[in-house]
Amino acid sequence: MTAPLVELRGVEKRFGGVYAVTGVGLALYAGEVVGVLGHNGAGKSTLMKVLSGALPLDAGEIRIDGRPVSIQSPRDARRHGIETLYQTLALAENLGAAANLFLGREIVTRLGTLDDHAMERAALEVIRRLSPHFDDVRTPVQNLSGGQRQMVAIARAIHFDARVLIMDEPTAALGPAESGAVGALIARLKAEGLGIFLVSHDLHDVFEISDRVAVLANGRLVGVRNTSEVTREQVLEMIIGGADSA
Amino acid sequence: MSLAQRLREAELDPRLLGMGIALVAIWTVLDATTGGVFLSARNLYNLAVQSSVVGIMATGMVFVIVARHIDLSVGSVLGFTGMAMAVMQTEWLPADAGWNWPVSLAAGIALGTAIGAWQGWWVAYRGVPAFVVTLAGLLMFRGGAYLLTDGRTVAPLHATFQLIGGGLEGSIGTTWSFLLGGLAILATLASRALRRRSRRRHGFAPLPLWAEVGRCAVAVAIIAGFVMVMNAYTRPRSEVGRGVPIPVLILIATALAMTLLSRTTRFGRYVFAMGGNPEAAALSGVDVKRVTVGVFAWMGGLAALAGAVTTARLAAGTNSMGTLAELSTIAAAVIGGTSLAGGVGSVPGAILGAVIMQSLENGMVLLGVSSALRQVLIGAVLIGAVWLDSAMRRRRTST
Ligand SMILES: Nc1ncnc2c1ncn2[C@@H]1O[C@H](COP(=O)(O)OP(=O)(O)OP(=O)(O)O)[C@@H](O)[C@H]1O
Ligand SMILES: [Mg+2]
Repeated sequence: MTAPLVELRGVEKRFGGVYAVTGVGLALYAGEVVGVLGHNGAGKSTLMKVLSGALPLDAGEIRIDGRPVSIQSPRDARRHGIETLYQTLALAENLGAAANLFLGREIVTRLGTLDDHAMERAALEVIRRLSPHFDDVRTPVQNLSGGQRQMVAIARAIHFDARVLIMDEPTAALGPAESGAVGALIARLKAEGLGIFLVSHDLHDVFEISDRVAVLANGRLVGVRNTSEVTREQVLEMIIGGADSA
Repeated sequence: MSLAQRLREAELDPRLLGMGIALVAIWTVLDATTGGVFLSARNLYNLAVQSSVVGIMATGMVFVIVARHIDLSVGSVLGFTGMAMAVMQTEWLPADAGWNWPVSLAAGIALGTAIGAWQGWWVAYRGVPAFVVTLAGLLMFRGGAYLLTDGRTVAPLHATFQLIGGGLEGSIGTTWSFLLGGLAILATLASRALRRRSRRRHGFAPLPLWAEVGRCAVAVAIIAGFVMVMNAYTRPRSEVGRGVPIPVLILIATALAMTLLSRTTRFGRYVFAMGGNPEAAALSGVDVKRVTVGVFAWMGGLAALAGAVTTARLAAGTNSMGTLAELSTIAAAVIGGTSLAGGVGSVPGAILGAVIMQSLENGMVLLGVSSALRQVLIGAVLIGAVWLDSAMRRRRTST
């Protein structure tokens, strides 16, 4: 059997004395979507941030293709093909969509200067695939609607040929049409062989899209299930009860 | 089409346009009240020279404030590095060597850059707020300027070095001014044309023709007008025009370089990203700490460049050079539309801010306003400008 794309082992993250995540082991295979569920403050975002390099882990190990790797910064994670849509979006409000999309990975001219027109064109192309009415990639994103901003952040996560995609509540601010587009997008990326962590509170979405669900409660992993083998009620019970009842 | 739409279509920054209008209004009023003295070639020449020191530093202060920091040490760094350059020239290096002044100038700028980087290191890697680090710098380098010579004034400076201060001989003459002005016009037109081509190539509509022609016309008029005024001010007892003063040339070159740095380089992009959302910048892989050190290093280098101009202008090094210059520099950047909340600001705006402040100062001197009253009024203008800006921004976002 092939090694998982990503494997978390005994991951622990503390904030001061608070254990936000502890002893979590979780694998993600190529071409699969793993839904990450849990109550507010369960540790979902923290776990994802450890993998995306935003938070260094306090104990445990991250393996990619079966090999232990050190992920100390977002740049390390990107080098391993891990792209992240953060729950907070992580956009610079004063910059346009194009500048945000390429932040840290700008397209430059032969002289090494920023090629804004090339970035604007590329940004427009990616974003329009998700949101056909999007037309201004230069105006500061603070002037965009919540859903439009979310689209910009999603576009940034998918534009750079990720192998592993982390999506922390990708549809939180989206209308039904856009949510549908994002669902279709996830299905397509999965078919292309990406591994995707999908954090969401929307059980309906999660059951529709994911192959397996992982439930966290109070920083611990309650259990992992094949989506086809559990009911929503069972999962809900795991989330609320924090115990592996199924 | 509404005015706001038209401005947007012409890609004109409403803020910059507003400041331009304010400057024209100030000049008109001052010229009327001084009976035409204010807009004379002689006074405009002096105004340009007077604006150069603060203008040079304001271009760097924009980066510092955009990155959500502040630098209170620039006046003292100006004094310290200016003093160091003077001492180097007159006492450490052979006084009559031709390489004396370029070496001391380069060493002074390197010193300023190192001081800035050192302060930036405390801010970025040791987490001491910039306000505190640079307040300490304000004290330390003012004291350092005194300690360099125990308070002695250092003179004389190399004759060539003195030219960068813009004294009697410190301008480039009419021929060179015309030549450079012509080149500047050609470069402006060429860069606009390149921009149009690039937009078309990437499938974007170029600026509407009326806007493009208008922009170019204004740019050409400003350059040509500037050169003609500088050439119209003659040397004493002669008909020979002076041309563009060297410190103003330095300011223009600095402004150009810093504008390019802010708009066309990764570093500039990262400074703005950090100012908009430091966390997002870090999550996007920007090395926020290194960029912070870079911002302060640039500021230190520019303070040293301003120190060279000041020293050359005084033809001596004195330990009080640059006192309170940090305040004029910050005020110029802020009047020029740099937001203290970070993330917003522009180099051309800061230059305009410096010219507006210097115009008020200069005009009030012509009108015989006492220095105490001048301070009161300039302070009031600072509050008024920031209030106006934030009030306008509120209106823009609430509609
Ligand atoms: N930067 C931080 N500093 C201190 N505590 C934190 C920090 N980030 C998260 N925590 C704590 O860690 C715990 C887990 O938070 P996390 O954001 O991972 O939850 P979550 O499962 O994503 O919740 P939600 O569904 O509300 O997004 C919470 O108790 C939270 O208070
Ligand atoms: Mg969360």
